[in-house]
Amino acid sequence: MMLRFILHRTLLMIPTLLGVAVLVFFLLRLMPGDPVATMLLGDAGGANIPKEVIEAERARLGLDQPLYVQFFKWFWGALQGDFGFSMWTGQPVAYEIAIRLELSLQVAIMATLLAVLLALPLGTLSAIFKDTWIDQTIRVFSIAGLAVPSFWLGMIIILLLLTYFQWIPPLTFTSLWEDPWENLSQLIWPALAVGYRYSAVSTRMMRSSILEVLQEDYIRTARAKGVFERLVVARHAMRNALLPVVTVIGLEFAFLIGGLVVTEQVFNLNGIGRLFVQAVARSDFTMIQALVLLVSVFFVLVNFVMDLMYAFLDPRIRYR
Amino acid sequence: MDQPAAVRAGAGPAPASPQSPWLLEVEDLHVHFVTTRGVVRAVEGISYKVRPGETVALVGESGCGKSVSSLAIMRLLAKPAGRIVAGRIRFQGRDLLELTEDEMREIRGRDIAMIFQEPMSSLNPVLTIGFQITEPLLIHLGMTMAAARARALELLKMVGIPDPGRRLDQYPHQFSGGMRQGVMIAIALSCNPRLIIADEPTTALDVTIQAQILKLMKDLSRELGVALVIITHNLGIVARYADRVNVMYAARMAEQGAARDVFARPLHPYTAGLLRSVPRLDRPRGRKLETIEGLPPNLLDPPAGCRFAPRCLAKRDACVQALPELVAVEPHRYSACIRAAEMARTGPAGLGLHSADPQPPLPKRLDAAKPLLGVRDLRTYFGVSAGIRMFKDGRLEVRAVDGLSFEVYRGETLGLVGESGCGKTTVGRTLLRLEEATGGEIVFEGANVTRATGQQLKDYRRKIQVIFQDPFSSLNPRMTVGQIIAEPMRVYRLVPDARAARGKAAELLTQVGLFEYMAERYPHELSGGQRQRVGIARALAMQPSFIVCDEPVSALDVSIQAQIINLLEALQEKYQLTFLFIAHDLAVVRHISDRVIVMYLGRVMEIADRDTLYADPQHPYTLALLDAVPIPDPALEAQREYRVLGGEVPSPLNPPRGCVFHTRCPLATEECKMTVPELREVRPRHYAACIKL
Repeated sequence: MMLRFILHRTLLMIPTLLGVAVLVFFLLRLMPGDPVATMLLGDAGGANIPKEVIEAERARLGLDQPLYVQFFKWFWGALQGDFGFSMWTGQPVAYEIAIRLELSLQVAIMATLLAVLLALPLGTLSAIFKDTWIDQTIRVFSIAGLAVPSFWLGMIIILLLLTYFQWIPPLTFTSLWEDPWENLSQLIWPALAVGYRYSAVSTRMMRSSILEVLQEDYIRTARAKGVFERLVVARHAMRNALLPVVTVIGLEFAFLIGGLVVTEQVFNLNGIGRLFVQAVARSDFTMIQALVLLVSVFFVLVNFVMDLMYAFLDPRIRYR
Repeated sequence: MDQPAAVRAGAGPAPASPQSPWLLEVEDLHVHFVTTRGVVRAVEGISYKVRPGETVALVGESGCGKSVSSLAIMRLLAKPAGRIVAGRIRFQGRDLLELTEDEMREIRGRDIAMIFQEPMSSLNPVLTIGFQITEPLLIHLGMTMAAARARALELLKMVGIPDPGRRLDQYPHQFSGGMRQGVMIAIALSCNPRLIIADEPTTALDVTIQAQILKLMKDLSRELGVALVIITHNLGIVARYADRVNVMYAARMAEQGAARDVFARPLHPYTAGLLRSVPRLDRPRGRKLETIEGLPPNLLDPPAGCRFAPRCLAKRDACVQALPELVAVEPHRYSACIRAAEMARTGPAGLGLHSADPQPPLPKRLDAAKPLLGVRDLRTYFGVSAGIRMFKDGRLEVRAVDGLSFEVYRGETLGLVGESGCGKTTVGRTLLRLEEATGGEIVFEGANVTRATGQQLKDYRRKIQVIFQDPFSSLNPRMTVGQIIAEPMRVYRLVPDARAARGKAAELLTQVGLFEYMAERYPHELSGGQRQRVGIARALAMQPSFIVCDEPVSALDVSIQAQIINLLEALQEKYQLTFLFIAHDLAVVRHISDRVIVMYLGRVMEIADRDTLYADPQHPYTLALLDAVPIPDPALEAQREYRVLGGEVPSPLNPPRGCVFHTRCPLATEECKMTVPELREVRPRHYAACIKL
């Protein structure tokens, strides 16, 4: 049963990703701006580059071929895991992404962990003590999280570190496996900046979800059985309340992979978000295509994991 | 009932003797709900008592405070809005209102258990049945897991759930409604409580399942000596199961006494009215149903004096001046009516309480030559698509309606009865062309409309209208009543302009017994009965000749139900309307129908004229259905030998082979499993599908 479901979902990924590939490829070609022009003419704009040089460069990148030929060449390569070379740096696209993915993934995971660890207890407490000072405090905390932009919080964090500890986080990335301390002392701050907003969203979701579940008939049944109030919440309410929260957390997580643009800038991190911005600015077609595909794969995978979580949380849901 | 004649607020606490004959004593209970619009006095000074082992009923219409008062006993009122502002609730001599929260928690589930109305939502969907049954055992009795599981197994067996060992590890959604209510009973019984409070325990269930569950509760309570408080609006249930009855109206107690006495000689005009407004299976129908006109009062701002006075036909000036107290009229009989003594002498008729015409109904003029609507071999199947399915049990096809044939003549009412899942609603929806028929044909006024499209479909849809069951969800909450009624007239261009539509809407409102000014109101500002009247006005707006009434009264209280039924009959008479009346309530169907179809699992079991069907039912399923309905008369119920149909309605996804009823039929033999019975004319104009006849 489970295997069939996984197989089914994997097969369903194919048309989704195919659609994404076609769309991104042709939409990019519709956009104004061309990698060669961006690269050679640059900001100067007026520099006198001989036409032949431009033509030669276009031919080198394969941009002189008909669109469909370009597409199939790229697509055929992509099928085999070869996404080509960056039109800007000349490095393999896969390499450029790989060296940045670890960082982005780690920040995303840490932010998610932070969000989950904060949101579940805070949201639940807020719901149980609705309209008391506990609830008010938590609500102020979460409203603030929604109102404060992550990059601003990031700057405040850096400023605080600088003023009070005369210290700023390291600027170069060290892998977690090489030197965990060094790694964490760099990445914990962006994770905190992003995770705050993230946990605020999830806390509010958890609170309203628990409040809703506490109105359910089966909660009344549990109380009528003489179950301790804390067990009513922990056993009977929380699991039912988690479903919508899982959705929020999943979507936010997938978003974080490609969406850390500004925060990466603030903390001077060389991650996927910055790569994305650079690629777009440079009209680096091959890079953009690969990045869009990567983010799509993440979204599909996260959705898949979310479905599995639903089935785990709610026995009524079974997939075939 | 050794109850003080009148219990007043502020009376000194009586010392509870340990030998008190009462298990539960509710004294002068007041419950308030604080809302943004003011304080709702949901329960006002009610008192009642329960002896160990007896069954006491709390009867009343929705909003009368019967459920609130029982939640108050458990101290489970919604916080912080619900408050017990005065009163005493003594249980085994202890005042529950003086206990700490934790002492109260220990009593819940151990000494007092509760069963709720909605078996679908009262069990936690993400926990196994076994877990939910063992939970109170572990908490209250400190059992080991193994002992608790053994006890849970025993309990499931006791409530008659087959294969209990496997069932323990399943989840609520894998159980049918009746079985879930069985599980609720098992949970309630788990710690051997002294008292079970059952709040409308069978309202959401089919009649045959209702009979099973109630019998189970009654048998078990007798066997185990558990006292039962049954909260219900169904007078038949009270008559069949209760020893004593408490009638509530608008937050106050109206009448108390032994069930037998109260039904035989009601001592409050409200009780008398309630008893007379339910259509009954044991009596021929009169010309009109008796109704209690008007609506229950708004408890935010109740009228001065007797709460029932505005609707009471026996009202005196004194009634509106002071609130009548509940007083003993006779030994063991209490009534809150100042004319109760008079009523005891002369009966309700002496007070002029009979409004309905006891005459037999006028014969209808039916044009039997040409049917208005004919259906031949109608089949509606639902395909369950392959691919990703969210919920279990999906198979390829549901045969919701399987080979249905009937004719309806102009001006008649054809009743369609059956339990949930029998396909009766699908029949209505297929006729309305809201579902596509898989096979067979629908002929309306001589034309085949089964596959009609374009203008023909539009013409057909104007002439065939529908009244839905749920007056709460079938009206658009963002539209005013006037807009709701006018919209179809505008769409079908039955009126030249918006002004004419408004005028017509106002006219229709008066015709259905509402007021013109209500056109400006929104649905949520109306009561359930008023909303159903709006639904009727909307259907009438199209000047239809045929109306599908899909459970039009089942969501309404009995006194309102009677008003709507009378209205439908009056309109039928006036406009020569033809009704297909779909319902599960056999008594209501009997009252309103000329002919009746009984359906089971998508197939017709029996068709006959109303009187023939109810007087001389042929099909074993019809017999069982009629047996399952309790009659609101305890004396009659005591003599009646009814057979409770076992088992459950099989899933329509996987109907039994042969006769679909054979799995539950008392007459079934091997042969029934093999052959699908044809609908045969067993008597003149009386058809049944059973090979045993």
